[in-house]
Amino acid sequence: MFKTVIPFGPQHPVLPEPIHLKLTVEDERITEAIPSLGFVHRGLERLADLRDFHQMIQVVERVCGICSMIHAVCYCQGIEELMAVEVPPRAKFLRVIWSELHRIHSHLLWLGLFADSFGFESLFMQFWRIREKIMDINEATTGNRVIISVNVVGGVRRDLSHAQIKWVLSELQMIEQDIKRLENTMLSDYTIKKRTVGKGLLTAPQASELGAVGPTLRGSGVAQDIRQTGYAAYGELDFEPVVETDGDCYARCKVRFRETLASIDLILQAIANLPAGETRQKVKGRPEGETVTRVEQPRGELLYYIKANGNKNLERLRIRTPTFANIPALLTMLPGMWLSDVPVIVLSIDPCISCTER
Amino acid sequence: MLKNLIQKSRIKSPWLLHYDCSSCNGCDIEVLACLTPVYDIERFGIINVGNPKHADILLVTGTVNQRNKKVLVNLFDQMPHPKAVIAIGSCALSGGIFREAYNVVGGVDKVIPVDVYVPGCPAKPEAIIDGVVLGLEKLKTASLPARL
Repeated sequence: MFKTVIPFGPQHPVLPEPIHLKLTVEDERITEAIPSLGFVHRGLERLADLRDFHQMIQVVERVCGICSMIHAVCYCQGIEELMAVEVPPRAKFLRVIWSELHRIHSHLLWLGLFADSFGFESLFMQFWRIREKIMDINEATTGNRVIISVNVVGGVRRDLSHAQIKWVLSELQMIEQDIKRLENTMLSDYTIKKRTVGKGLLTAPQASELGAVGPTLRGSGVAQDIRQTGYAAYGELDFEPVVETDGDCYARCKVRFRETLASIDLILQAIANLPAGETRQKVKGRPEGETVTRVEQPRGELLYYIKANGNKNLERLRIRTPTFANIPALLTMLPGMWLSDVPVIVLSIDPCISCTER
Repeated sequence: MLKNLIQKSRIKSPWLLHYDCSSCNGCDIEVLACLTPVYDIERFGIINVGNPKHADILLVTGTVNQRNKKVLVNLFDQMPHPKAVIAIGSCALSGGIFREAYNVVGGVDKVIPVDVYVPGCPAKPEAIIDGVVLGLEKLKTASLPARL
């Protein structure tokens, strides 16, 4: 059989970000996929040499604009652990609220892009219409749409007023209704099932062995979510990881769809239990020692390794992001699939290249 | 007359090509947000295309780095004349927060000529739409090649 090599990316209509895959194809079947990365590499871990540990919050927020809040939470938790700072309970709950808002907007963004990847453009528009409401909440409560920059070492910079909470609750109710209205289309439409069921299979043992994380792992039936460890205020909220067992693109889609609804529920719980008090603890001194912190990003487990030596600059900052962990899983999903399924399968792991390459 | 017609229709429906240099996604999703119902620039005939040969306007987000420099120049060269380049976000303007990082070359204007600069980190969709409208001014005044 004659083999052809087809380049996929770095500039590709279906990908908002540049990733390059070298696909070896026999007829239209893929036999091998080799990724090549580096198009988004900036080298921001080394910026820790130039910026002090407070300024680094602004840098780590720009690892990825979609989940900037969650990166900042992870970094701040690490520094707070090193400096033994006790974060006020209200700040912990506010962090959960904004993190979950980011998760909802990230998942809605993904659901839209996923619909676009198999050509369902009106569904893409519908999801992005709902997403704009989340962006409005972000803008009204923090002053910025995407990179909200509310985290500081020792708490959060902004507070939610009573009137804002009331407005957020009414908006969330509308968002929930809007999402549920699309449930029937997203989860039982014939054309969507035709394009996603059975594509890009990943079994539970494979997923664990390859170190997949997040919805990619949970779509294969492994109930692992870093929020179960109860960081920030997750320990005080009622939370169950969303799991599907099929391990195909459709299962991963279902996981993300149900997670958006679960996130709305988490925000409602956090608002109902929001304690009164300070939102920020004054911080003095410099961090010393080393630590590893983990949080759950929309795409999976995010890990920060921080090493500090008592100077204002950190000695080493290492970030391990979920897409990096999911790429080996992607490479095992691709062989045997049709060339036309590649966009759907690549998107099904929700690749965030700017996270991966930093 | 044919020239006038082409000139007029080009301004009425410019097609966009978006390339993410090494942006943090903040500006990218704002570019995509422009296309979706709340801002909906498609009602003005503006369409996001994947092929540089179809595009009139190149939207660039993020800093240029050593690796994607070639890709950016390649995309720019493939676009037909007249074309406008719009740099979006602080990173595309000057390197932004990453200007001192080792793999960063700097702003987009170090590699290809830029017509409009849209500041912001990330730039808001309103600002991006405004930038595209400014970029159209260039297409309006650009001269066409002698042979069509």
